[in-house]
Amino acid sequence: MDTLSHLAHGFAVAFTPTNLLWCLVGTTLGTAIGVLPGLGPALTIALLLPITYQVAPEASFILFAGIYYGAMYGGSTTSILLNTPGESATIVTALEGNRMARSGRGGAALATSAIGSFVAGTLGTLGVAFLAPTVVKYALKFGPAEYFSLMVLAFITVSAVLGSSSVRGLTSLFLGFVVGMIGVDLQTGQPRFTFGTAELLDGVDVIIVAVGLFAVGETLYMASRRYAGKDEIVPLKGSLYMTAAEWARSWKPWLRGAAIGFPIGAMPAGGAEIPTFLSYAIEKKLSRHKEEFGTVGAIEGVAGPEAANNASAAGVLVPMLTLGLPTSATAAIMLSAFQSYGINPGPLLLTTQANLVWGLIASLFIANVILVVLNLPLIGLWVRLLKIPAPQLYAGILVFATVGTYGISQSPIDLAILYLLGAAGFLMRRFDFPTAPVIIGMILGPLAETQFRRAMTIENGDWTVFFRHPLSLTLLTLAFIGLVGPHIWAWIEHRRRRGPEHVPGDA
Amino acid sequence: MLNRRKFLTTTAAVGAAGFAALHLAPALAQDAPQIQIFVPAAPGGGWDQTARTIDQVLRSEKLISGSQITNVGGAGGTVGLPQFVNQWKGKGNSLMVAGMVMVGAIIANKAANNLTEVTPIARLTGEFEALVVPAESPFKTAADFVAALKADPTKVPVAGGSAGGSDHILFGLIAKTAGVPAANLSYVPFAGGGEALSALLGNQVAAGISGYGEFSEQIKAGALRLLAISADKRQDGIDAPTLKEAGFDVELFNWRGVFAPPGVSDDDKAAMIKLIETMAKSDAWATECKNRNWTPILLTGDDYAKFVTEDTARIGAILKDLGLA
Repeated sequence: MDTLSHLAHGFAVAFTPTNLLWCLVGTTLGTAIGVLPGLGPALTIALLLPITYQVAPEASFILFAGIYYGAMYGGSTTSILLNTPGESATIVTALEGNRMARSGRGGAALATSAIGSFVAGTLGTLGVAFLAPTVVKYALKFGPAEYFSLMVLAFITVSAVLGSSSVRGLTSLFLGFVVGMIGVDLQTGQPRFTFGTAELLDGVDVIIVAVGLFAVGETLYMASRRYAGKDEIVPLKGSLYMTAAEWARSWKPWLRGAAIGFPIGAMPAGGAEIPTFLSYAIEKKLSRHKEEFGTVGAIEGVAGPEAANNASAAGVLVPMLTLGLPTSATAAIMLSAFQSYGINPGPLLLTTQANLVWGLIASLFIANVILVVLNLPLIGLWVRLLKIPAPQLYAGILVFATVGTYGISQSPIDLAILYLLGAAGFLMRRFDFPTAPVIIGMILGPLAETQFRRAMTIENGDWTVFFRHPLSLTLLTLAFIGLVGPHIWAWIEHRRRRGPEHVPGDA
Repeated sequence: MLNRRKFLTTTAAVGAAGFAALHLAPALAQDAPQIQIFVPAAPGGGWDQTARTIDQVLRSEKLISGSQITNVGGAGGTVGLPQFVNQWKGKGNSLMVAGMVMVGAIIANKAANNLTEVTPIARLTGEFEALVVPAESPFKTAADFVAALKADPTKVPVAGGSAGGSDHILFGLIAKTAGVPAANLSYVPFAGGGEALSALLGNQVAAGISGYGEFSEQIKAGALRLLAISADKRQDGIDAPTLKEAGFDVELFNWRGVFAPPGVSDDDKAAMIKLIETMAKSDAWATECKNRNWTPILLTGDDYAKFVTEDTARIGAILKDLGLA
């Protein structure tokens, strides 16, 4: 029960009025920057680093943690309402969330994402407090071979979002691979698809692609049909928050999302995007309302991924606090803030800086409560956005997307890419190609490639490594079952139903 | 009860938080100059931290009234460099932070501009590199590691930062002095220090090369064993030989320094060198360097220019061996 007494002590640190105020500032700021595409938590914390010269370490880490969690909440708001993801971890939320908003259930989508974030964030933080040392031991077992097998599994499961036509879905996926390959190849240092443009050497930001395809593409499509049909956005229908049926459909995805997000977030190369893809695919598979996916919007498809991204945000803190390993851009910058205080983050952090670490963990619990309290009443305000007439609303989205993209690196090249992709998104929408696989291909493709090549370099080209490592073999087996399982199942079902007709002389 | 001063600083900081992004310091003293710092990298990285520490120390020493920091990130600094060369030309109160990484990026990316076009002011800090192995590794010394490398370089995968970066360059230099062809090396690049570290802790690679600061805490905790460092001499509190002592004639600092734009007057250049020299000799700067594991390696003006030229030639040669230039 050592952990409990540490935690109690942590709450004592976090509950001082000044630290509570910092937490409030952090969460509010975090929500605001989460809403803006482009301005992410990593950049915000980097810009606030000079604050470490002025205030106590506890206060600044509580501020940073508030920003980090707040951004995860805020990013979903624009995904749902405007189809403009604020963070890469909330791209999946836009798929169903925006459909729900269009069919008049925007309030419910926002509520399930806020409450789901709270549930998963709290579970994740509990995980950090109680399971961190165990989880990190398993997370370190993941090497390049295991990551590659995880990617294979992810590819199989996300075929769920390819849409009704696999040819169109795969076309989109491969387009995503190409976009993902732009930039300097990490393994060899050679530029690919950059056409001599220095700005392209670092690749294309996934947020720009998501905003271009989703928001700009959508806007162009709407503009082109302005006189062809009716206004598509239905203002609020039914209750502002969730109905009893929506609660019943949300709680399981929240728990499953948290269970997927936390361990993957804790893996050194896990990230926040992959758990959202996996959660979405699983919810789609398990849902009793499959027909709502991609049409009017299924609440499970919002609840699961939103829970997954918040739990993974907590997971990222596991290697950071237990081993001093920064596994995301935000964690890396928080670690450099430790250094401004002369604290060297490492495996001894928990023992040498117990006050700081437990204060930080306690403030994460508080941040979660503040965020859900802050976000639920805001829903009433947010959904009013949808009452804005379409021309003004879409013009607003366009301005918002443009300003946000320019904010990423103040580069006009980024804007050109945004509009180019917007045009591509328009054409894809017009000719019925799904856009989500582009994003998935763009994130998973290069990851899978990098891990595969790393595994090959380490093993000197021996590809049996994927079958020799037990963890990797397990993942590949799961992927194989995922691929052929449904077909075998369908075949058995088919036999069972038709079976009697084939028995000669029966009845 | 909340004491008043604490409350005031908190509220002030809360207000400042929103503005911090735009304006780092209001001009207080009118006699001290304002300076502009150009960072050819995104906020948060090594160059950005160097810029923000320079700003902090210069202000606390009352040498400037304030500074404005501009970040133009991308491609190891080669996106920002042309902007500094063309748009900042002749601005005598401006500095750009750059370092060895940019030298490598200019060569590898075949960039149009290079560091001979800007005005060298001072080399400020360096981070020496460390060669480490997981605690369970059979390699006890740098000689063990090199012997295995000589026997079969493909069996010794080494983790480090991006291809062509300082870690890769050091690996290339070690192999070269040991007579192992650079093309046969098995180098596993990782995007961030955290990922490379976890590959080492998970025992997935034979060895790792990165800045000493990336590994220092794991070494203290006994999770990694330090075989050698790339510094010029033994370091206080670090129980490992330099590569030279271990018998490999290699020395490498991942250095960082500052440059003025092209076309500044000699007076401006001299004033800027003096400003940076005063800063580098202050106690506040020494404390910051210590906290951040930076080794102060001050070198100014023409000596610095000569050093940059020599380092460019050395890095160009090794990148060619590694097949990157």
